[in-house]
Amino acid sequence: MTGTAADRSIATPSQTVGPFFEVWLRSHHALGVLAGPETRGERLRLRVVVVDGDGAVVPDCLIEIYQADHDGEYGRESFSGFGRLPTGADGACEFETIRPGAVRSAAGIVQAPHVNVCLFARGLLRHLYTRVYFPDDPHLDADPILALVPPDRKHTLIAAPVGEGASVPRTFERVIRLQGDDETVFFDL
Amino acid sequence: MSISRPAEAGSQPPLSYPAYRSNITRAPSRPLIRVPANFTDLAAPVYGYLPIGAGDTDLTRQHDGDPLGERIVVSGRVADEDGRPVTNTLVEVWQCNAAGRYRHALDDHPAPLDPNFSGAGRTVTDAEGRYRFVTIKPGAYPWRNHPNAWRPAHIHFSLFGSSLRSRLVTQMYFPNDPLFAYDPILQSIPDPRARERLVSAFDLDLTQPEWALGYRFDIVLRGRHSTPFEQRT
Ligand SMILES: [Fe+2]
Repeated sequence: MTGTAADRSIATPSQTVGPFFEVWLRSHHALGVLAGPETRGERLRLRVVVVDGDGAVVPDCLIEIYQADHDGEYGRESFSGFGRLPTGADGACEFETIRPGAVRSAAGIVQAPHVNVCLFARGLLRHLYTRVYFPDDPHLDADPILALVPPDRKHTLIAAPVGEGASVPRTFERVIRLQGDDETVFFDL
Repeated sequence: MSISRPAEAGSQPPLSYPAYRSNITRAPSRPLIRVPANFTDLAAPVYGYLPIGAGDTDLTRQHDGDPLGERIVVSGRVADEDGRPVTNTLVEVWQCNAAGRYRHALDDHPAPLDPNFSGAGRTVTDAEGRYRFVTIKPGAYPWRNHPNAWRPAHIHFSLFGSSLRSRLVTQMYFPNDPLFAYDPILQSIPDPRARERLVSAFDLDLTQPEWALGYRFDIVLRGRHSTPFEQRT
C-alpha cells in the first residue's frame, strides 16, 4: 500500500544515491560549465574536493552547485547558475563559472556572494547542504548565515585561492571534510 | 508557498547509521546548523527541461532490440506536503537490468549485461504532477556491506521540486520483497510507515493488458516555507 491521504502529506524518505549514479549522469549530462561566452562577471574555476573521516578522498560523490549571477539574481534565463559533476579518483571536481554577486533578500538582508552546494554520496542516506564563500569579500562579516556558524568553524565554508593571483581565470578550492577534526559546516534547510 | 514542517519524527533516515558500513566514515558527526526559514525558500534550479524524447521515458526503447526481463509501467503523482501537485518538475531514474547488473565500470556482479538496456530515463511531471516510465523490473543484487548482503530490487529516483530544500534522491521498491528486513538502506528509516512510502503498489489500472504490469509510486516533496515566517523577521 502507498498509504492514506494523511500519510501523503509527509515527505517521501531520502535514500542514498549509491555507487552507480553515473549510469544516470551519463545519459543526462553532467554539467561542469556554467558560464558561456556571453555570461557577465568575473570568470573563475571552483574546485571542490571531498574528504572522509579517515582523511581519504571520496571518489564517488555527486556535487551539485547553484548560485546567483553577477547581479546576485537566481535563475535568470541568461544564467541558470546550476551545475553538477561527479568527483573523480582524486575526490575532486571543477566547475567553470563566475563569481556570484551579493544576494539581497526580499526583506533587504544582504548575503555575501556564495555558491550553494548539495552533496550526494554512497554512504550518505541524505544529501548534505553546504555553501562556498569567497575570501576577502567585504560582505562576509555581515552575512546572516555565516553569523550562525561558530567562529572556529567559519573557515570551513570559505574557499581558498589556488596558485598565483594573476592567473586568469582564478581558481578557488573548497575542501569539504565530511567528518572529524575540522569537519565542514553543513546546513539544515 | 506551502508551509514546510520539520521532518516528522522517524520519517527520514538519520545522518549517522553505522549498519550501513560506508556511512561510518562519511556521515558528519556535528549537528547541522539550521538556516532560518526566510533563507531557505530559494527557487529550485531550472535545469534539464530539454525536450524529453520517447527513449527518455521508455527505457525499453533505447536500443535496437528489446531488453530481457519483465516489462513494467511505473507511474505516480508528485505532490508537496500540502497535497498540491508539483508540476513541470524533472524526474530522473536509474536502475540495474533484470539480472541485477548496472551498466557501470565498478559493478563487478557476475550477472550478464544486457546490450539492449542502459538503465536511465527522465521526464517532467504534467499539470497534475504525474509522471510515467516504461522499463523492465530490476533484479536484486549482492553488495559487500555484510556477509550475504543483497539489495532488494529498486529504482533510483531524483527530483528537484520547487525549491532548494525540496531536492530528493530516493529509491522505489517493489511490494512484498523478502529482502526488505535485511536491507540496512531501507531499514535506516526508523518509522515502518515511512519505509512503506518507498514501496510501490501494484496497480491494475496502470497494468496494460497482454503487455506490462503497472506499479504506482507517489512522491511527496518538502515544500517551501510560507510567507508568515518572513513576516516574523
Ligand atoms: Fe542501486
